[in-house]
Amino acid sequence: MSTDNADDNSRRDFLQMTGAAFGAVGAVSFAAPLINSLNPAKDTLALATTEVDVSSIPVGEAKTVMWRGKPVFIKHRTPEEIEEARSVEISALPDKQADEERVQKPEWLVVIGICTHLGCVPTGQKQSDAHGDYDGWFCPCHGSHYDTSARIRKGPAPKNLQVPPYEFISDTVIKIG
Amino acid sequence: MGSGQREQFDNPVIEWVDSRLPVFTMMQREYGVFPTPRNFNYFWNFGAIAMIMLVLMIVTGIVLAMHYTADVTKSFDAVERIMREVNGGWLIRYMHMNGASFFFIAVYIHIFRGMYYGSFKKPRELLWILGVVIFLLMMATAFIGYVLPWGQMSLWGATVITNLFSAIPLVGDSIVTLLWGGFSVDNPTLTRFFALHYLLPFVIFAVVFLHVWALHVTGSNNPLGIDTKGPQDTLPFHPYYTMKDTFGVLVFLLFFVLVTFYAPNMLGHPDNYIPADPLVTPAHIVPEWYFLPFYAILRAITFDIGVPFTEIVIISAKLGGVIAMFGAIALWFVLPWLDTHPIRSARFRPLFRTFFLILVADFIFLGYIGSQSADATLFGIPLSYMGLAATAYYFIFFIAILPWLSRNEKGRDLPTSIHEAVLEQKKSKSEMSPEAAE
Repeated sequence: MSTDNADDNSRRDFLQMTGAAFGAVGAVSFAAPLINSLNPAKDTLALATTEVDVSSIPVGEAKTVMWRGKPVFIKHRTPEEIEEARSVEISALPDKQADEERVQKPEWLVVIGICTHLGCVPTGQKQSDAHGDYDGWFCPCHGSHYDTSARIRKGPAPKNLQVPPYEFISDTVIKIG
Repeated sequence: MGSGQREQFDNPVIEWVDSRLPVFTMMQREYGVFPTPRNFNYFWNFGAIAMIMLVLMIVTGIVLAMHYTADVTKSFDAVERIMREVNGGWLIRYMHMNGASFFFIAVYIHIFRGMYYGSFKKPRELLWILGVVIFLLMMATAFIGYVLPWGQMSLWGATVITNLFSAIPLVGDSIVTLLWGGFSVDNPTLTRFFALHYLLPFVIFAVVFLHVWALHVTGSNNPLGIDTKGPQDTLPFHPYYTMKDTFGVLVFLLFFVLVTFYAPNMLGHPDNYIPADPLVTPAHIVPEWYFLPFYAILRAITFDIGVPFTEIVIISAKLGGVIAMFGAIALWFVLPWLDTHPIRSARFRPLFRTFFLILVADFIFLGYIGSQSADATLFGIPLSYMGLAATAYYFIFFIAILPWLSRNEKGRDLPTSIHEAVLEQKKSKSEMSPEAAE
């Protein structure tokens, strides 16, 4: 009698635990698609690449294009600017990166125009803008200075301006994303 | 609820309902004859005031939602249309806008009152924790509500705050993408924020119900912080405190109405009347005033924490700021176990009282720092240093001073009962007045 009872109890425990476990798995598998629906939708992802014809940008000028809702700076650098970016001692930089790692073709610099401090858009795209102490970009929000390779040189920003994934699909067309 | 003895009602309709669903019995018990300490001061009005503000926010919000469209191309215009074209729309929106600020004013006073008089202590720990949950829900609701008009401050405030989550190691960027539903704060973000902004107030309402339920289990604390010992220490809630709360609510609403009519944009930012533009950042991104102390704590951490003499960073400045900011509120959850001193009210704890009043000043000062730009100075000293010092005091107060005082502060002698203390106060007052007349 008592052994029967003990047997019954352990069976009941097993059934309860299995029931709870299946219930938990069911709840998670119900929640997963709902939460996943909040991730970027197909049309949002489809906009995740942008093609830009850069042949219209003269040497020394820059262009801002939108990619994933963010501004991307495309700068046609002069030989002096390239020289300036490459003559820097790497170990002296806050975020150590050689200019060669940041560009595919030396004359074209492509970076996301979002300050790595608190997300402002730096100035320096137009000739008349403030370029900061290092001839690149300057963030007016909290005074971050970026050089001609868009690397952080002075100010509160922790990182260089981010380089987006991009490729040259011809000599004059860049596909960002 | 629903169990136990029912009241008898003379009105047959009320009696018919009450015998099937005893709501009238419950109202009578919880708000009619409910025994309430007789020595409340005006700080005990702010729970009722906060409740009124929540109702006002929900009512004005539902009407605003009827005129609003959540779409990046339409939202800014929809809000301007409410301001200019919808009948009385300007008033409804200004009530909602300033109502949020006044809700926070009431709740901040309510919270600091609870800290000062030890209302969070045993047996009211869970009541206090539910209150902190309400505060967090309010912050979330207010933050996403500020995004809906889709002005410059909406977009850039949302960008800066959601970017905080990117500081979380490994999964940070995926979380931010999930929050945004894209790669920046954009239309998918706006539509989900609107859905949540409509939902969360009702969640708040549900937690407020639990908060009040827990309050009615333990009964209210009072300015003396000692327990009620019998009917001589209490008054029935009605009419004594229904009247006192009504008076407090009216005075509070007077200030609310003054700001709503005469300075409706005093607490806002002019930048939010510029349509959102993802290519142009406002020169100075500031959150709404009620977030400023926590924003200052976030910005106070400007240094990486790592292994000394190497370049290995364990906690980056950004992550450190985020941890400090959330930690500042998380500490409130464990406050009942940080301050375990047996005396509740600061009236009988002079040391606690001094340190606590410094904390209040510190909190307000942090708010001032949060409102200034990051490179500002005060008396020639960079404000960022002061922000770090003020943040340090905030954490030292909770983590070190409170536990130390709990063990070492002697405290003053407590009165034996509430009614004796009240009578004594009356006596000394009537003795004082003839002298004053001489």
